[in-house]
Amino acid sequence: MAQLTFREAIARGIAQEMRRDESVVFLGEDVGAAGGVFKGTVGLLDEFGPVRVRDTPISEQAILGAAMGAAMTGLRPIAEIMFADFFAVCWDIVVNEIAKSRYMTNGQVIFPLVIRSGNGGGLRFGAQHSQSVENWAMMIPGLKVVVPSNATDVIGLMAASIRDDDPVIFLEAKALYATKMDVPDGEIVDTLGSAKVLRKGNDATLVALGYMVPRALAAAQELAASGIDCTVIDVRSLVPLDTQTILREVSATGRMFTVEENPRLCGWGAELASIVSEEIFYDLDGPVVRITTPHIPLPAADALEDLAIPSVERVVTTVTKSMNS
Amino acid sequence: MTTTTVSAGPTDFETKLDMYKMQVALRQFETRAYDLFLENLVKGTSHLSLGQEAIAAGFATAMQKTDWTFATYRGHAHTLARGVPMTPVLAELLGRSNGLMAGKGGSMHLTSVEHGVMGSYAIIGAHLPIACGAAWSAQYRGTDQVAVCFFGDGSVNIGAFHEALNFAAIWKLPVVFVCENNLWMEYTRTSEVTAVANPAADRAAAYGLESIIVDGNDADAVYDVASAAIARARAGEGPSMIEAKTYRHGGHSRADPGKYRPDAEVAEWLAKDPIPCYRARLLENGATEEQLKAIEAGVAAEVDLATEEAKAGGVPGEDLLMKDVWANGGSAWRN
Repeated sequence: MAQLTFREAIARGIAQEMRRDESVVFLGEDVGAAGGVFKGTVGLLDEFGPVRVRDTPISEQAILGAAMGAAMTGLRPIAEIMFADFFAVCWDIVVNEIAKSRYMTNGQVIFPLVIRSGNGGGLRFGAQHSQSVENWAMMIPGLKVVVPSNATDVIGLMAASIRDDDPVIFLEAKALYATKMDVPDGEIVDTLGSAKVLRKGNDATLVALGYMVPRALAAAQELAASGIDCTVIDVRSLVPLDTQTILREVSATGRMFTVEENPRLCGWGAELASIVSEEIFYDLDGPVVRITTPHIPLPAADALEDLAIPSVERVVTTVTKSMNS
Repeated sequence: MTTTTVSAGPTDFETKLDMYKMQVALRQFETRAYDLFLENLVKGTSHLSLGQEAIAAGFATAMQKTDWTFATYRGHAHTLARGVPMTPVLAELLGRSNGLMAGKGGSMHLTSVEHGVMGSYAIIGAHLPIACGAAWSAQYRGTDQVAVCFFGDGSVNIGAFHEALNFAAIWKLPVVFVCENNLWMEYTRTSEVTAVANPAADRAAAYGLESIIVDGNDADAVYDVASAAIARARAGEGPSMIEAKTYRHGGHSRADPGKYRPDAEVAEWLAKDPIPCYRARLLENGATEEQLKAIEAGVAAEVDLATEEAKAGGVPGEDLLMKDVWANGGSAWRN
């Protein structure tokens, strides 16, 4: 057991898999010599050398195109898109090429690749370096979407993503890079498509993802003090989606609150609300409530950004109000 | 750039005859595909390579079996040239279950991994970076495979083109980029919207590459530059970019009669049709009329048979609809 930050867990997860499998290669902007702009890949170049850990030009289409071509010819590339906002300049490769090609070719090819990216706000970077794009990725048939919320999950889900034969969009909450936890020693391999119940309660179920998970947990703590006992679920993977765990836990409490960093429209919580209302409507004791960033670009100023992204206080207030109405 | 240019081509005459046969096959196949559109048997859209056969034939002849082709939506010719049989290609155009991808891809996405045809891509420029990735994989794994990436003149002004060229150059990747310059983007003349006269070749220097222009209507000339570029790539000497001047005899796609092109220009290029020109050269060099007629008749029979077989194919079943989104064969996104 060692204390590890979220950012250190990235490098450990990648290193674990690169040691195990020669076909795993890693490319991206500033990922090698610089160790990543968020210092998430420190040490990889030293251990694995410049043939397996490659710095690239600022060419996101080339980075992802290269990852795709390599994946369809026998490698298991990990590509970094530095900020998730930059997916917008290479989205064609993700959506039209990587996601569709297995289907279009009637299963002739596989794309065992991982695209990892710094996602979301909280660092006052403004609208072009802060947005949460998990809902962009979730809506595309052919992409798996993984969003860890802590260092141990980073390692285990990274390993599972790299070993998976399908393309995985691996979104790392930038605001969590500095968070620390005790991480077990040795190999850690998790399972894609498994949500985790982090806290059990009787009154309401809070369903959260990524950066919002620690906030949902903190809110549950406060709500417990005022007599509202919450279950908290870490979704961890939007595709595949562990609906069974979520449906079970929402049925048990009769209420669902989603805590989402993405802007309101078409956020993952909307899909969950739809599934819950179709499948366990009669187990509900009240409306599904979504707590999201409003439908706005993110502002830069700390005071404004704090108002936009769901805070512990907003979760507490919203849940309390809804439970008491 | 005339068809009397002396180009060596393949050294043995049998290979030249094969290259002729391949061009005739591509021509007759595309002509048949067009006829089937008119019969409304081919749905959707399709982009023919009529007039551009020499490029596909020259390159495919110069490539090894293990090399990779990356093609565009105008990819029937490149797919067939790598040895993919006519029947599954035609059946794919017809949306039949015996199609190359059982009807799931269609005309614009022909792929046959077992023949090294790693896909036909219908977003302009997208496949240049993907070809880089395959080349990177070959370089990393130490195989001697080369990726050959075909694209049209309309691709040279999109970002992916420039990203891929730089990327291939800095990593010295075994990839050959081939611009099939047929002068017309879609309905607009490429020269009207491009800053340089030779849209691909004039950009080569920007990436430290040699500027190579070839008569794309001369299969021997294409074979020569293809062989040299592929040999360089295989030897670890990095990428090349070749601009092959050619002309499409028809419009951009099925719906386009190509009326925007001046008659004189069309006539000039029809006079440089790669197939009669190559035929004449073979006759000059010892082939007999009977020999060539036999080749042409053989191809015609092959196209007829493929047409029958494709038409006889079944309708793809509903079982295919939800298959192969994922590597495990399924499409489940939830439990």
